[in-house]
Amino acid sequence: MTLAPETDLASSDGPVGQTFLPRYDDDAAPVVARSSLGRLTVDEKFVRIGSVVSGVALAWLITQRLLPLQGLPWFVIVAFVCTLAVTWVTAAMTDGAVHARDRLAATVMTTGAALVGIVLVSAVVFVTVKGWSALVHLNFFTDDMSGVGPKDGFDRGGVLHAVVGSLIQVGIAVAITLPLGIGTAIFMTEVPGRFAKVVRTVVEAMTALPSIVAGLFIYTVFIVALGYPRSGLAAGLAISVMMLPIIARASDVVLRVVPGGLREASLALGASRWRTVWHVVLPTARPGLATACILGVARGIGETSPVLLTSGNAQFVVVNPTDGVMNSLPLFVYSLVRTGEPNAVARAFAGATVLLAVVMVLFVTARLIARPKRTKSSRRTRRPAVDLVMADPLVEMGPVAPPARPEENP
Amino acid sequence: MPARSTERLARKNQVTTLPIQDASAAEATPRKISRKATGADKVFVSSIRVVGSVVLVITGGVGVFLGWQALPTLRHYGWSFFTESAWQPEADVLGIAAVLTGTLMVALVAMSIAFPLALITALYISEYAPARMRSLLVSLVDLMAAVPSIIWGLWGSYLIMEHAAGLAMWLDRNLGFIPLFEVKDADPNAAVPMLSRYSFSMFVAGIAVAMMVLPMACAVMRQVFSQTPQGEKEAALALGATRWGMVRSVVIPFGRGGIIGGAMLGLGRALGETIAVLLILSPSFEVKPRILEIGGNTVSALIAGRFGDASSSQLSALLAAGFVLFLITLVVNTIAATIVNRSRSGAGTDA
Repeated sequence: MTLAPETDLASSDGPVGQTFLPRYDDDAAPVVARSSLGRLTVDEKFVRIGSVVSGVALAWLITQRLLPLQGLPWFVIVAFVCTLAVTWVTAAMTDGAVHARDRLAATVMTTGAALVGIVLVSAVVFVTVKGWSALVHLNFFTDDMSGVGPKDGFDRGGVLHAVVGSLIQVGIAVAITLPLGIGTAIFMTEVPGRFAKVVRTVVEAMTALPSIVAGLFIYTVFIVALGYPRSGLAAGLAISVMMLPIIARASDVVLRVVPGGLREASLALGASRWRTVWHVVLPTARPGLATACILGVARGIGETSPVLLTSGNAQFVVVNPTDGVMNSLPLFVYSLVRTGEPNAVARAFAGATVLLAVVMVLFVTARLIARPKRTKSSRRTRRPAVDLVMADPLVEMGPVAPPARPEENP
Repeated sequence: MPARSTERLARKNQVTTLPIQDASAAEATPRKISRKATGADKVFVSSIRVVGSVVLVITGGVGVFLGWQALPTLRHYGWSFFTESAWQPEADVLGIAAVLTGTLMVALVAMSIAFPLALITALYISEYAPARMRSLLVSLVDLMAAVPSIIWGLWGSYLIMEHAAGLAMWLDRNLGFIPLFEVKDADPNAAVPMLSRYSFSMFVAGIAVAMMVLPMACAVMRQVFSQTPQGEKEAALALGATRWGMVRSVVIPFGRGGIIGGAMLGLGRALGETIAVLLILSPSFEVKPRILEIGGNTVSALIAGRFGDASSSQLSALLAAGFVLFLITLVVNTIAATIVNRSRSGAGTDA
């Protein structure tokens, strides 16, 4: 569609000041729909997907027919290399080296990330499949292992004592670490000073404590030096020693990203510091704190090494944590795997599946709590109370950039 | 004339009068400004201070206790504690040379696998993934970090081991002249190769540990990448850079501190990993760089394996080994935190 040249308009004999409708020029080229800039065309899609498919096919040809490279790892490696090669060739055919490099990088990123995803899925699926034969028996969830030998069938024995033990030990650990950890975090953020700095340095340093050393510490002090027997209490204490720095640190990170303006507003309205903490800081940080604690618990429940040294290995349900040996899920898995009997190993995998399920439930709960609440009116989108990208408690070192404290901010 | 009537007079005549100072009133003194807490605040501040001190005593106590317990061992064995490779408490000969090199080798294998994968995954999540899948992917990586280490141990020893052994044999056959890939007492070209010589090795243990380290390193890197200024990225694209060009010239230089720091943080975790190593590695006390060969040991696996039948002096030796491990981890973590916080990615943000 083109406009008639302006000279035509000027020379036409209509009165000056009249509006002219543009006339269609029949000689103009037909209109072509402009291709979308962002989206891939069908051709490009075909080339990209086709490169991957042909790379994998080529890998099959090379590993299974041409070269003596049997086995899954070789297939994966060769497929990766072939995909890159085919991608490079197809990209270089149409575009220059710059674009080919871009496409190559995109392929590396995508396949690398896919590999990590496959690894995660493979671990979960593998553990579940290996333990399936034991998991389908209901008594696995309602029985303990008293009187059950490693060769016994799956219709006897179960994981109940380990689940109970794990819950009691982690309960002890939570009862100790939660008040102390969050209290320390409040102390470090709300009462700043030289002493708080010392506490923060020490707590941060102790997050480097390997979990086995935490177990060894409790073993040396509580069991060898003080002479108490191995018990659920000792295991709970060992988990506490391991979890305390982690929870204190994660909570500290979460409290530090509470906006300083909220604190100042509360203080300016005449609230005392105590009321500010209780009514403003803690409610604001609640989702982040919950996430920090639940992930700390997930870490504590899955850690084998402190429990290995301190709890002993009971085969029956023990409810009293001070009453001698106890069992827990990771220890149950570890000790059964070590026997090497096929049935015991299958049971261990079933126990690992239960452990994985417990951790996943905790994890999903943490994510749901941490999710920013939707405001009822959809017009206003409220910012989440705590920026969870900044305050991801999983990252033990805390936010990469702790926000500047308000008094330093001009 | 009383002040009240002056005021009335002033209002009537529309003139301004200055207030008269009351001479009898007490001298006005400036209000004392004190930051000291009073009342309930006093209770709050002092009780929270007590909590902080208790935690300081507990956590600091653990460190001090370890160092104190390590002293007799270090005094008894002296430097040979670090140079002796055998661990024979019965013969009064023990040292951590073998376990320390084993720890480092396992961590090295783990990092050489985990570092590129973590970097690639972090870049994919922050730059390449479709926007609506991003939060799901972030959750998946975090979930991977929450998977207990014993699961990775099982995964490594029952799923990966045989494949890794085959790979190890190929490496030995073709790159065996490099000491790192050499395997003694095994012929890779034999008709029926001894795969058992290639299993239970530091290489397999390193793969399992890598999967534990990867999500943590990835999370740090992703956080740093997500802080890259949007304007700089758009500027690179506007100047005609491809996506890879933008990543290479803007995102990676910006996140360099995070990349190094995240990797080192992962290294700290890899050094202390116990249960996966204990499940996979068959213990041997030998200083060797041959990662593909069966056997090896790490400090944490040594502690887990030997604590049960240890006398008090052996316990002290184990504690000394644990203390050394703790110190190494501490140094690595501190350097990592310093690098991340010093880098440009830390300085240019306001939250």
